[in-house]
Amino acid sequence: MRRAVRGFVAGCLLLWASATSFAAQPVFITVASTTSTEQSGLFRHLLPAFSKTTGIEVRVVAVGTGQALKIGERGDCDVVFVHDTQAELAFVEQGFGIDRHEVMYNDFVLVGPASDPAHLDGGKDIVAALRKIASAKAPFVARGDDSGTSKAEIRLWKEAGIDPKAAGGGWYRDTGSGMGPTLNTAAAMDGYTLSDRGTWLSFKNKQNLKIIVEGDRRLFNQYGVMLVNPAKHPHVKEDLGRQFIDWLISPEGQRAIADYRINGESLFFPDAKSSQS
Amino acid sequence: MHDLAAALAAAWELVVSGDPTLVGIISLSLGVSLTAVVLASALGLPLGAALAVLRFPGRNAGIVVVNALMGLPPVVAGLFVYVLLSRSGPLGNLGLLFTPGAMVIAQTVLVTPIVAAIARQVVEDLWREYGELYLVDGVGRVRTVCSLLWLGRFGLLTAVLAGLGRAVAEVGAILIVGGNIAGITRTMTTAIALETSRGDLALALGLGAILLTLVLAVNAAAHFAGGTARRAAT
Repeated sequence: MRRAVRGFVAGCLLLWASATSFAAQPVFITVASTTSTEQSGLFRHLLPAFSKTTGIEVRVVAVGTGQALKIGERGDCDVVFVHDTQAELAFVEQGFGIDRHEVMYNDFVLVGPASDPAHLDGGKDIVAALRKIASAKAPFVARGDDSGTSKAEIRLWKEAGIDPKAAGGGWYRDTGSGMGPTLNTAAAMDGYTLSDRGTWLSFKNKQNLKIIVEGDRRLFNQYGVMLVNPAKHPHVKEDLGRQFIDWLISPEGQRAIADYRINGESLFFPDAKSSQS
Repeated sequence: MHDLAAALAAAWELVVSGDPTLVGIISLSLGVSLTAVVLASALGLPLGAALAVLRFPGRNAGIVVVNALMGLPPVVAGLFVYVLLSRSGPLGNLGLLFTPGAMVIAQTVLVTPIVAAIARQVVEDLWREYGELYLVDGVGRVRTVCSLLWLGRFGLLTAVLAGLGRAVAEVGAILIVGGNIAGITRTMTTAIALETSRGDLALALGLGAILLTLVLAVNAAAHFAGGTARRAAT
């Protein structure tokens, strides 16, 4: 019995020690953002500069845009930094977010196997390319995860007048996963897929994949940042969150974004306006 | 074959360079999983022994539930803990979501049924063998449970190791409640998932090799410690 008591006391002490060590936290904010910003390495470049000037640590939870907005809606982060303008505006409209600012843009690219089985032969017209993929029934690997990229892709299919899910034939494959896993799948099955340029450039398992279509105005990809509404979630670190947002759209933050390159190629282009959008 | 060679090279390079990020990730992984296993043992061992020895209404249902929960999918456990700890959930004001504490809770939920179910089997076998002696001597129930747990300690080591195996290997639960934040909640398994999605398969596999080596080392240590203790006991 004495042994059991001793064990219990030791267990309690251990629990207490671990709980307090987890509780001791520096000044930080939690940012829900997208896999494209995290996996492209942008945050690893950007955040140290911000933390150095302000002493604020930024903890990034990188998920799809849809999930990031959901995390903000539940009040589990302070700032949301995503890329789906329509969903962002709805988020602000519903009162979940305030102070939305546009920060930067990059673009989507259609990548596919170098053999180009749908004979797209490059070009700029993304809608025409999607029509050719559909009529050739060439494998297309879709995100299908409610991310910003997924929503952009679905909008483009709509513009092409095609409902790929209803088309049948098994060529449209919905992976329900992030950009990286989707690219891995496309590489393995020689399929086409839509990717943001940042993830594509930093992706290492390209195999036979290359960019097939790029430069269409409809492939524009805007990123926006907003504060989770402190009126809905009083624990939101309003002041620290605002400092982060203000820094992102400041000349210093904008320059840091422009400075991020892989192999000499810019991944994101700053476009913050001084006035609130 | 080339991929595997590249993976081993990547693992070796990480280990010999003593990469501080890797050291942080490894200590977080082990810290979270070991804490969860200690908590799960503190809960699961007495629970399993009680299910084996005590007779009470609903005991059979309890056994079935504990056995079934061994198959609890990590994602489901993670989602369950996420909903509890979310700011919009019942325990939201603790602010534990996206911290190592949340990961410990999720893994404790996952591991407790495994420890309890195996412990019940071990203790029940002992109870069948020695139960009458306890009854004749009129030993109290709590003392019986404690004494049987001590008697079965070598067999129960397997229960704890099975729990540890589950904890260090899983990624679904800690990804959801931890958020895979660099330097804060990034563990071996979530780092492997991340490197896979970045297409860096060599680095991902290399991290996997390091994780396997660690698990092997922990198991070997437990095996030999158990063997030494057993010899000392007889």
